[in-house]
Amino acid sequence: MSTMTASFKNLSQKPWIWSYLGMIVVWLATVVFTKGQGGGAIITAGLSFATFTVIVGIGQMFVISTGPGNVDLSIPANIALSGAVATKVMDGSNDMLLVGFLVAMGCGLAVGIFNYALIRILKIPPIIATLSASFLVLSTAIAYGRGLKIKPPTMLADFTTWQIYGIPILAVFVAGLAIVMSVVLHRTVYGRSVLAIGQNMRAAWLAGINVERVRFATYVLSAMLASLCGLLLSGFSGGASLNMGEEYLLASIAVVVIGGTSVAGGKANVPGIWGAALFMFLLVTMLNTFGASAGIRLIMTGLIIVTVITMAGGDEQQS
Amino acid sequence: MLNYLSSPKFLRSALPAASLLLLLAAIFYIQPRAMSQFGMNLMLQYAVPIALATIAQMFIITVNDLDLSIGPFVGLTASIGATLLATNPVLGVLALIACIAAYAGLGALIYWRNLPSIVVTLGMSFVWLGIAVLVLPSPGGTAPGWVKAIMSFKIPGIPFPIVAAAIIALVVHFALMRSSYGAVLRGAGGNPKAIARAGWSLLKIKMVMYAAAGLFGVLAGLSLIGLTSAADAHIADRYTLYAIAGVILGGGEFVGGRVSPTGAVLGALTLTLTGSFLIFLKISPDWQIGAQGGVLIIVLALRALINRREASA
Repeated sequence: MSTMTASFKNLSQKPWIWSYLGMIVVWLATVVFTKGQGGGAIITAGLSFATFTVIVGIGQMFVISTGPGNVDLSIPANIALSGAVATKVMDGSNDMLLVGFLVAMGCGLAVGIFNYALIRILKIPPIIATLSASFLVLSTAIAYGRGLKIKPPTMLADFTTWQIYGIPILAVFVAGLAIVMSVVLHRTVYGRSVLAIGQNMRAAWLAGINVERVRFATYVLSAMLASLCGLLLSGFSGGASLNMGEEYLLASIAVVVIGGTSVAGGKANVPGIWGAALFMFLLVTMLNTFGASAGIRLIMTGLIIVTVITMAGGDEQQS
Repeated sequence: MLNYLSSPKFLRSALPAASLLLLLAAIFYIQPRAMSQFGMNLMLQYAVPIALATIAQMFIITVNDLDLSIGPFVGLTASIGATLLATNPVLGVLALIACIAAYAGLGALIYWRNLPSIVVTLGMSFVWLGIAVLVLPSPGGTAPGWVKAIMSFKIPGIPFPIVAAAIIALVVHFALMRSSYGAVLRGAGGNPKAIARAGWSLLKIKMVMYAAAGLFGVLAGLSLIGLTSAADAHIADRYTLYAIAGVILGGGEFVGGRVSPTGAVLGALTLTLTGSFLIFLKISPDWQIGAQGGVLIIVLALRALINRREASA
């Protein structure tokens, strides 16, 4: 009995548990409402769509973990730019797939370096730096990608929509990515440095961590993951569109927060991102199934995020 | 005198006005016909709602928070203004007061749980947008006559947006920069502990600042429909970015309660003119936000330069 309570306590201390519980509850509610119809299809769709949120969520998680004030607001603009540039470079040809991939990663690298340069050289908060950068990046994407009607290479489109027994293969790859990033976070010098900086930047610096190099790597990582998301998304949705990144600003931050990563920095959680991304998708699906209007869906999405952050809380109020 | 004029302090405070004047000069050089009352009215008419939204954002930034929902909030108040306020004034006014109260409540929640404002406001941006969609499912509605009358008010000789901007700047300047409670409010951004020790309630201060932001958000929404005479839930989505950029251009700092209402209004005017400038240069509107981002980065770079000189002096 005591082991059971102990293990329960252990469980409830893992903040990511809640996102999975939420996901299961929402899925059950949906399936009960439809009397068991489409339960599997919902999971398939959930895995497909959550994949993209997870990719950008991991990057955002690393950024947020480096401490208060660190957030990457350039993700949507970056997705739009990378998707547009890669689609144009590949021009629907399978032979150009690798080139397209490299070009997208190049976009990410450039945006990440630009973000960090603004933070470092202008000494401005990351929120403002990534926001200013996103203005320029988005404008470039709009000017470059206007009227872009190129289909993605068939191999990219097939890969991103490939399913085996209802399991999207891309989701499997991204689950692998999540495991790798989890190892990077907890078992490498870089990952541990990220957490150390998030807990106390000065202490980390005194301990000999090259703080600026770690922050640089983190902003580049986030930007490159956003670019990867842009490339895959353009394959998945049959071409790049300029507003395809829009929803990922809130989504990337929301999955990090709901997934149990501390917004105060220094405490990160990769599995929670998957749970949170699935939860967010299934929640919208449930509201759709219940016949809620667009307005209600928006209100509920917003309220859930506010509720979760309120329950998770920030630091204790110092009085 | 010359010493003062080249001091970092003066340069920093002159930067917002200087960037606005520079931009105006460039516009007049390219298109001399813009230098008329009609031209100025046309170029600057949307500066009024943007300036009001910028002031709203400034209140939030004063207490070291950031509001990522002001755009959708302005969209909501515009939607209420073009529907309820026109058909049922009592209900409309009540709804707008409820909006302001909701903002004050957010301030209380953020203080009480010590929450990161960007996550809360990002979530709330969906809530505002959702309510706006419920209030006004498709673009339309009509602005109340009195709102339109105020916004089309004409003063002979002086463009109305400039008068309105000056009034906004003056009112907020005196309330926030010159009054004793204003100093307390800014102090809550600079040194909250000291303010709390002096016996002020930080909770109340946060609520006052958020309510003030809500009030200016409402004013922004109403002035916007006074210009467009109809509304749309998405009418002000971009205002979130405009408002942050306006505060920055106006010399506001993100921590420490160092803000400037006059600067914020000047920043909003600069931002509005950037759009016109591009049109006069015959550059595609695709680059509009890019140019605004560019102006932002240039101003921030200049400020970094000034600060560096101050540090080395």
